[in-house]
Amino acid sequence: MASSPLSTKPDSLLAVQRTLGDRLRYVGRLLWRDRSGVVGLSMFSLVVLAAVLAPFIVRHDPLDQQLSESRMAPAWSPGGSWDHPFGTDSLGRDLFSRTIYGARVSLTVGFFGVLLAATVGLAVGAIAGYFGGRIDALITGPINLILSLPYLLFVVFIAAILGRSLINVILIFGITDSPIFARVTRGEVLRIRESAYVESAVSAGARWGRILFDHIIPNLIGPLITLATFEMSAMIFYEAGLGFLGLSVPPSVPSWGNMLAEGRKYLSSYPWLTTFPGLAIMLTSMGMNLSGDWLRDVLDPRLRRARR
Amino acid sequence: MLRYFVSKLALSVLLLFGVLTLAFFMLRVTGDPASLMMPREASPAQVEAFREAMGFNRPLGVQFWDFLTRAAVGDFGASLHYNSPALSLVLNRLPATVELAAVGLLMAIAVGVPLGLAGGLNPGSALDSVGRFLGLLGQSVPNFWLALILILLFAVRLRWFPAFGRDEPKSVILPAFVLGLAVSSQILRMTRSTVLEVRSEDYIRTAWSKGLDPRKIYLKHILRNVAIPLVSLIGVQFGYMLGGSIYVETIYAWPGMGQLLQQAIGWRDFPLVQALAVFTSLVVLALNLATDLAYALLDPRIRYGK
Repeated sequence: MASSPLSTKPDSLLAVQRTLGDRLRYVGRLLWRDRSGVVGLSMFSLVVLAAVLAPFIVRHDPLDQQLSESRMAPAWSPGGSWDHPFGTDSLGRDLFSRTIYGARVSLTVGFFGVLLAATVGLAVGAIAGYFGGRIDALITGPINLILSLPYLLFVVFIAAILGRSLINVILIFGITDSPIFARVTRGEVLRIRESAYVESAVSAGARWGRILFDHIIPNLIGPLITLATFEMSAMIFYEAGLGFLGLSVPPSVPSWGNMLAEGRKYLSSYPWLTTFPGLAIMLTSMGMNLSGDWLRDVLDPRLRRARR
Repeated sequence: MLRYFVSKLALSVLLLFGVLTLAFFMLRVTGDPASLMMPREASPAQVEAFREAMGFNRPLGVQFWDFLTRAAVGDFGASLHYNSPALSLVLNRLPATVELAAVGLLMAIAVGVPLGLAGGLNPGSALDSVGRFLGLLGQSVPNFWLALILILLFAVRLRWFPAFGRDEPKSVILPAFVLGLAVSSQILRMTRSTVLEVRSEDYIRTAWSKGLDPRKIYLKHILRNVAIPLVSLIGVQFGYMLGGSIYVETIYAWPGMGQLLQQAIGWRDFPLVQALAVFTSLVVLALNLATDLAYALLDPRIRYGK
């Protein structure tokens, strides 16, 4: 940078996008301009922090039963105490620690489910989009089939057959959600394949592996990250829904869905059993949706310009 | 136009075959459908007898062919719980689900379209903020939770609506609202973004600059172009509501297909679950086909094209 005075101007222009610190600052500026993005990311970070730091936040084991202290009201209503801020359930388990630990189940299912779905979807979609023709038709058929089905019904069907376990839930969502990733990937690959820079790479003699990994996949990352955010939010929703029907993780695991299923039995007499897990799902989902909206705008330069 | 319709119809038939295949193999994914359907305390001899009676011991290909040929004439086997044909049980539950979804869809359209139009025509206005917040809420509130909270509020505390059942006309209001909320948020977002898109098209600018009557611009140039993607969304969403009412029907004890699905899973009555899955998919596929047709009628590019 400290070269001749003549070269400073073009150099600094290039440097804006070059160093990592500058890039981060740029993203920070974009984030600050969109306040709902700040709110969304804070909400989501709060949930992630709760999941990671759960043992340091809570004072009671989420599985610990104190029958003498069952069905206590939240701290701010009559009969409550700050020892159990959200109250306790019918077995005397602390609702605050169950709610905090529930974030672990939801985020685990969401993260690994999306990871599986994105990996499978990326591979299948990239192959379909890149090779086209008969291979494309063979892949697109089943994708269209799965995407045209009543999703919830088939998820419930397969969950009822496979039985309750964390691995099963992740597998179910990972597999059933991969067609969406495959469809988006395929569409993007088709678009990129026709672009001028791929054409020039082909004419310069690059092999298909190089084109796929150097040109196509890097350009896919933006749309896929955005999609992953929304899909993870949806998965957390569906996991809680399955739990509510008694089809997700085993009943002993403190998950938001399991808590809602239990709370439903005591809806009119002990409504707080229902309130807190629901609010937790809402916070997570709202945070992810707002972050997703923001990511979509930031990662797509066309939208970024329009938004200014 | 006819060719377009025939190709869509052929695709639907193909998809239906896919649905049947999926439903058949899903039951067999654990390798032993007989022990899946029998109560846990059943003896090995009972399970064996059941396997024999259901024909699960025959070669898979024979079973699949049998399943397909029976399904073709509307025979999905008998429900294990009721001991009667599964399809007629499903059909008995259809009107309640259709009523719920139709009322919910009307509510969603009544909320989503005007707010979406208002937001798209005046982005940044107060009404737009209200709409965007409602849109976010509809996307982020789990419907199984909202259903419980509304019971608590409007049935237990205020006593305005019944907490469950389908005994009076106003019973449908709460479940339909819950089912429609997520859909209204989708309709709102789609309407808003389409209006924003259409508004900046060249032909709208031309219409304004040649001094056309604003009412004509709004109704003929903007609304009509917004209607095309909206019809498609509404068709898809109606199908989603028909197949996705399981929570709402379970919570409000609404006697439709969703409640039957939840009950059938509890009874381990998998022939009934299978019949529900296939039948609902059939309805959804038919709806998608109807949507494609409506789409073609609305969009001259398809009507006159190809």
